[in-house]
Amino acid sequence: MTALATSTTRTSRRIHVTDRRSTWQRLDVVVVGSTAALLVLGSLLVWSATAGRAALTGGDGSEYIVRHLTNMAVGLVLAALIAATDHRWVRIWAPVVYLGAVIGLGLVLSPLGAVINGSRSWILVGGLSIQPAEFAKLGVVAGMALLLAERTEARRSAALRGWDVLAALAIAAVPAGLILAQPDLGTLLVLAATVFGLLAVAGAPRRWLVGLVAAALAGTVAAVQLGVLQGYQLLRFEAFINPALDPQGAGYNTVQARIAIGNGGLFGQGLFHGSQTQSGFVPEQHTDFVFTVAGEELGLVGAGALIALLLALLWRACRIAVRADDMFGRLAGGGIVCWFGFQAFQNIGMCLGIMPVTGVPLPLVSYGGTSMFASLMAVGLLLNIHLRTERSIGLGVVLRERMARSRRF
Amino acid sequence: MLRTRSSLRLVVVQVMVLALFTTLFARLWYLQVVGAETYQAAAQDNAVRDIEITAPRGLIVDAMGRPLVANRTAWVVTVDRDVLDRLGAATRRAVLGRLANTLGLSPEELERRTKTCGEPGAAEPPVCWNGSPYEPVPVAEDVTQVLAASILEQAEDYPGVTAEARKVRAYPAPFGVNAVHALGYISPITEQELDAAKARGDDGVSPLSSVGRSGLEDAYDRYLRGASGVHQVAVDSMGRVLGDAAVIEPKPGHTLVTSIDAKVQAVAERELERSILQARKTFDEVTGRKYVADSGSVVVMDATNGRVVALASYPTYDPNVWVGGISQGDLDRLYSDQADTPLLNRGTQGLFAPGSTFKPVTAAGALTHGYSIKDKLDCSSSLTVGGRVFKNYESASYGRITFAEALQLSCDTFFYRIAYAKWLEAGGDREDTSIKDPLVENAKAFGFGSKTGIDLPGEVTGRIADRKWKLSYWKANKDYYCKLGKEPGNDFLHVFAREFCIDGWNYRAGDAVNFSIGQGDTVLTPIQLAVAYGALSNGGTLWEPRVAKAVIDADGEVVKRIGPHAAGRIPIPQRIIDYIDRALLGTGKVGTMAWKMGGFPLGRVPVRFKTGTAEVYGKQTTSWIASYDEQYVVIMQISQGGTGSGTSGDAARTIWETLYGIQGSKVDLRDAAQPGAEPPDGLPVFKPNGQISPPRRTGEDPR
Repeated sequence: MTALATSTTRTSRRIHVTDRRSTWQRLDVVVVGSTAALLVLGSLLVWSATAGRAALTGGDGSEYIVRHLTNMAVGLVLAALIAATDHRWVRIWAPVVYLGAVIGLGLVLSPLGAVINGSRSWILVGGLSIQPAEFAKLGVVAGMALLLAERTEARRSAALRGWDVLAALAIAAVPAGLILAQPDLGTLLVLAATVFGLLAVAGAPRRWLVGLVAAALAGTVAAVQLGVLQGYQLLRFEAFINPALDPQGAGYNTVQARIAIGNGGLFGQGLFHGSQTQSGFVPEQHTDFVFTVAGEELGLVGAGALIALLLALLWRACRIAVRADDMFGRLAGGGIVCWFGFQAFQNIGMCLGIMPVTGVPLPLVSYGGTSMFASLMAVGLLLNIHLRTERSIGLGVVLRERMARSRRF
Repeated sequence: MLRTRSSLRLVVVQVMVLALFTTLFARLWYLQVVGAETYQAAAQDNAVRDIEITAPRGLIVDAMGRPLVANRTAWVVTVDRDVLDRLGAATRRAVLGRLANTLGLSPEELERRTKTCGEPGAAEPPVCWNGSPYEPVPVAEDVTQVLAASILEQAEDYPGVTAEARKVRAYPAPFGVNAVHALGYISPITEQELDAAKARGDDGVSPLSSVGRSGLEDAYDRYLRGASGVHQVAVDSMGRVLGDAAVIEPKPGHTLVTSIDAKVQAVAERELERSILQARKTFDEVTGRKYVADSGSVVVMDATNGRVVALASYPTYDPNVWVGGISQGDLDRLYSDQADTPLLNRGTQGLFAPGSTFKPVTAAGALTHGYSIKDKLDCSSSLTVGGRVFKNYESASYGRITFAEALQLSCDTFFYRIAYAKWLEAGGDREDTSIKDPLVENAKAFGFGSKTGIDLPGEVTGRIADRKWKLSYWKANKDYYCKLGKEPGNDFLHVFAREFCIDGWNYRAGDAVNFSIGQGDTVLTPIQLAVAYGALSNGGTLWEPRVAKAVIDADGEVVKRIGPHAAGRIPIPQRIIDYIDRALLGTGKVGTMAWKMGGFPLGRVPVRFKTGTAEVYGKQTTSWIASYDEQYVVIMQISQGGTGSGTSGDAARTIWETLYGIQGSKVDLRDAAQPGAEPPDGLPVFKPNGQISPPRRTGEDPR
């Protein structure tokens, strides 16, 4: 462990000698560009979805967009800090984020927690509402990546053992249990997909992966059978299967969301001109259903661009993970891809009516402080991983090889 | 090795992300390009709300164009539950609380009114909303304009609540007429009716419609109701109106012209009520108590074509109870037996034994079946038939008299003899239901036992107690009477029960003689009697009575003329009709009606009369007057009211005086209720400015 730390310090010192580009110049253009574009697009959508809704804003049409931009600014600072942090410190901070998220999730269940939309998912502190489950995703990704990296790097044989998988699962299980207690099924689903993806990327044996899927299915069946799921949750799933079941109730969201998107057509109704959006027919439109604003007001072109931007970000994130030369970077990158990828698919799929309604935000786009912070911190982490890889690339193939070897011992 | 596997898995993740996002894009393309039209239409639907503008219902006017039913504006406060439910429980409660306070109701009461009938927690109809659950529910009707304005001005305080001006029925009541039994009433359509209408392809009704429930409002509903318009407004998800989109004006309902004359109707109603109240003060020597006089009716009909000039029924009620939603108390009263079911139109739905007013029919039957106008029969004080003694009224005896005298004096035994002879001739008490008794067949030919076909809903058929009916009645009731007959007791009921049990199916001589004087099990409606007497007046035509004359559109154009319709003819030669006609002319001069007609100019207004005092088992006698001249038929009947002329004579005379403008013994046709003492041929004139003037008379120069 000590040897490793020394070796990294040495190499990073050398980078400044060999690579003349500044950190700013070495940032990943695609990640930064797509993130910036998503943030701008998201702000416009949130603005459009909230400006005209007096019932929501209480008369001040700029209230939400101002808060959204503030959140974004805070998130960007956090992202920049993480991106610029030496990756040793990232490894040290990872457990802190994880523990913070677990404590936050614990507080949610304490009297400090608040119930919004049927879930006890929020802590209200001095006018701020924090959703620790969002941090939990980042915390679990960082925590699992760190644990698996430590365990594989420390050993001569890098193969993942059963105990490693179990330890990683244990890391995920604590926040997952707390999220289930809220209950926040959407976040739990995202977390499960992320954990599974991360384990897969970590190289977990196939039988473990198959076993996990089987266990998840069995757990779901049991939950339905035992009546653990609440009435509204089952209704949402039923309404997903048949929206005509109750168009004014459980199916209302999905029907209205689909109408809004369909109404957009090829080029959309124009920003701030969507009839569904501006008349407020889609509930939760600035948060969970923000994609419908893009669908209606920007049409296939705009909403397609949004999907493309997300895809570009994730595509690039995959490249970063593949090229990462340490286990932590690779696993954290892969975990973030799984998290963003599944959550975005879940969110947009729900708006399009091909996924059931579960309240998860669209990363980097939806209104919501905690989600924004967590997403931007994840982007910062991606940039950090990329920067480290860039540095080592700057040292040349030989050095990289040597470094990789050195880590193995 | 681990690194390779890990890289491979990352590639798999990458491919999966690509696949998932491609799926999203494909779905997006499907929704926005393939399904665009459907969803754009749905969005249009969503954002544009069609607000129905109900059409003002058509007027109902009398023959002279006087409005009997009109419309007035009433402010109605409605609650859109769809909007209210989406507000969230706290806001919803606050809004309802505020509204309840404004309306002066308790919040619970208001909550109850917003519930659809049948849903949990809903009150009984009509307090609950009996209309469509998707329509705004009226929670307060006929509120002041000030209150309505205050709700409209503070729209932001009342989401989902609105006040609108609606047209409700108004009853101008010219000359104080009520006429509610002929006019009928309307009330909001029920969901079942709406579904039924949709099922039969009738798209003229909407959830906001009120539909006719009885009388003309029901019979001519499709002409009166008009067609709703649509006000399209852009709304947000809370149903708040953002702006106007389009307006399709409603088409007002057509005006219905009736043959009712408000003057005659008013007099008929007044006289009927006066006579009934008078009878209630009169002592009945037979039963030893005052007359109950529970109900009565007057029918005035144009004898030449069956058009109804007046149709009064007592007890009656104020049609305004239906306006703006009826209260439970009012509804209970309307259906209660204690109040003698005021909803019932006695003229077309009341069944009564006709008593002696039936004798002209029997006479016509006798004179066409073997008897001659020259025949004289003994009017003895009693006649024993089949072991039973049938007495003359007040046991009077007049010796041998003609048919004419028998009718004028209303001699029972005269007709008993005929009936008994005809009964024996037809087959006596043979067990054969196919036997046609000539007097029974004759009565059927006069229209008794079948509906007249009057254009008012709910007319009843009446009953001729012939052999077939006796058998079926016996079959249906023998078990009850046989059981009753086994009990000890020798009162009428038990003796009757024993007899009935043994041969109650049999059309016995007693049945035949009772039938001849309109007693026994034969019952009819006053309108049936009016049609039959109309046939005596007009030379034999049985007219289907008509209350409505024409349908006029908003521009004053005639949409439909509702012509008189001859239902048939009575099989009586003119010679015999004339004979009966002359005989009945004598009733007012020398017969049972003479004592009420002193000073009446029968020479100029030759009214034919037949009085009747029908006995009803267990009740007091029904008072009848049947009268006609060449123009009109006037039938008056009071249940448990006493004798024909005694109870109803004065009223009948007053009605005739009104019809002809008679003062004392002077006839002044200028004072006649209807100009020239005849129902107008033409229709009232509807001017574009909405004024209605009386019909022009033929030969009268238009000024």
